[in-house]
Amino acid sequence: MRTISEIQSGLRSRAFSAVEIAREALAHAEDTNSSTNAFISFSRERALAAAEQVDAQIAAGAELSPMAGVPVAVKDVISTKGLRTTCGSRMLENYIPPYDATAVERLEAAGGVIIGKANCDEFAMGSSNENSAYGPVRNPVDLDRVPGGSSGGSAAAVAQGSVPVSLGSDTGGSIRQPASFCGVVGVTPTYGRVSRYGLVAFASSLDHIGPFGRNVSDTAALLQVIAGRDLMDATSASAPVPDYLAALRNVDIRGMKIGVPAEYMRHATGDTAARVHESLDALRGLGCQVREISLPNTDYAIAAYYVICTAEASANLARYDGVRYTARSAKSGSLNEMYSNTRGEFFGPEVKRRIMLGTYVLSHGYYDAYYKKAQQVRAMITRDFTDAFREVDAIVAPVSPFPAFKLGEKVIVVPLAAAASAARRLPAPESALVVTMVAGFTVTVKVVVADTESGSVTVRVTVVLVPPAPTAAVKLKVRVAPVPVNVRLERTPAGLCDHEVVSDVAA
Amino acid sequence: MLTEKDVRYVANLANLTLSDEEFSRMSHDLAGILSQMDVLSKVDTTGVAPMAQVLFDDTDETSTLRPDVERAPLGSDLAVANSAVTSGGYYKVPRVIEKG
Repeated sequence: MRTISEIQSGLRSRAFSAVEIAREALAHAEDTNSSTNAFISFSRERALAAAEQVDAQIAAGAELSPMAGVPVAVKDVISTKGLRTTCGSRMLENYIPPYDATAVERLEAAGGVIIGKANCDEFAMGSSNENSAYGPVRNPVDLDRVPGGSSGGSAAAVAQGSVPVSLGSDTGGSIRQPASFCGVVGVTPTYGRVSRYGLVAFASSLDHIGPFGRNVSDTAALLQVIAGRDLMDATSASAPVPDYLAALRNVDIRGMKIGVPAEYMRHATGDTAARVHESLDALRGLGCQVREISLPNTDYAIAAYYVICTAEASANLARYDGVRYTARSAKSGSLNEMYSNTRGEFFGPEVKRRIMLGTYVLSHGYYDAYYKKAQQVRAMITRDFTDAFREVDAIVAPVSPFPAFKLGEKVIVVPLAAAASAARRLPAPESALVVTMVAGFTVTVKVVVADTESGSVTVRVTVVLVPPAPTAAVKLKVRVAPVPVNVRLERTPAGLCDHEVVSDVAA
Repeated sequence: MLTEKDVRYVANLANLTLSDEEFSRMSHDLAGILSQMDVLSKVDTTGVAPMAQVLFDDTDETSTLRPDVERAPLGSDLAVANSAVTSGGYYKVPRVIEKG
């Protein structure tokens, strides 16, 4: 796929038409979908109509608008008028939005050509795109691996070369992490920078819309178009939007102070840390000053995030009650039964889990202990960043402690002390189970060991960690004497719940 | 500790019908996640104001009020278009009030 500037210069020189580009992008996306499943729906008619309009403008001699003729994928949690928007959920399998999200409206007004709706975790809840009711997305770089999530389809659509840019959404890393896993650029803009009008709400105080691209300037070009105050979103800021592309043309980062948070680097696995250090060396080579900084409340971030996002989700998803949004249970007795049955039947397991948690933390007697506390901790985390930005101009850190993992697999990082205790609980003759896990997760690991002599043996290991935990981590290694086995660990989408793990045993 | 009774209570609050299997799975999952959330209790938050939103700091750039200008609404046809069951331009739901 061409870059935005290549598309635009080709359109200007009449090397190709916008319709040709749209057809090419659609064909590529449709052909690739059987392997990556990056798209839930395609929008051929809408794309061709938009492209024809661009061609007509070119024919009339009009100046090209910033996204003219550029094929774009839009995450399926962002409303598109007349075009099915499922949120990766069976609940909205037949939902046709009656209006466009502001980001979509601005994108199309700038000449963008939407070719389809990108797959994602159900209601954007997940970080591997394995939670979609329309099947998982596979990472175009390595089809055995996840693309990350929840905007996995948006990242994959760019990485596989169907589109130069796409729109995603980020509530707790849902743009940043899939961009990292797929090797593309992703930007989670400052809260308030991009209107969320038409973004199906998950956690309103954390939801963002943002762009993906193959390179920084394409990503900046898309952000330019969607950024800015919108009267339809009271949380969109009036702050003027800088000219991002102009800023990119005059880059001089000599003397810029870069902070590297010790708390983020601590959990990074070897490969990830090595890549970050390479980037830091590159920044030093460009004249930046790199120094370690501290964001002391980092270890509490996941817990605070999880309380806040589930609490807000439980309120936001209350609207799916069988009345307004297409799905309704056939087993409907009273009005209340209709609500409950519809929600029970059409929400997936991760969504139900988060609604339950959110309802619990907001319920009588727990509000102060969880929700209010999490909001206080959020203020402290914000202060960490405000303090850090007094010392440095930018912060550089790994997006994820590890690279893209395999589908159905969990990369777990456990501190040594816990790992040692896990190993001790293993009965003989199993010699060692060492699990690596990010501090702060509770993990139940069920290892099923196939034994040709006696059938299968089940070993359960429960590792419970409370931060601040020891920081040293080792990689998983399981050996069951006398047969060495490979153990696959199932990862749970949120990365914060228990893991029922069934091994894939190779003798 | 979270009991199954607690889980049933929360499911009822959340208007969520769960199967028996889902209940036992949910009790297990929620207990695990809540034990992680409990790390928050270790943080000294004395004097820290809860932060509900990143905006609303009274500067012009984040002022959230807009002029109250009349504009066309969605219209009832479009508003009910996605409903599972409608009748005469209204949402249709199971009977709430029984005949006396």
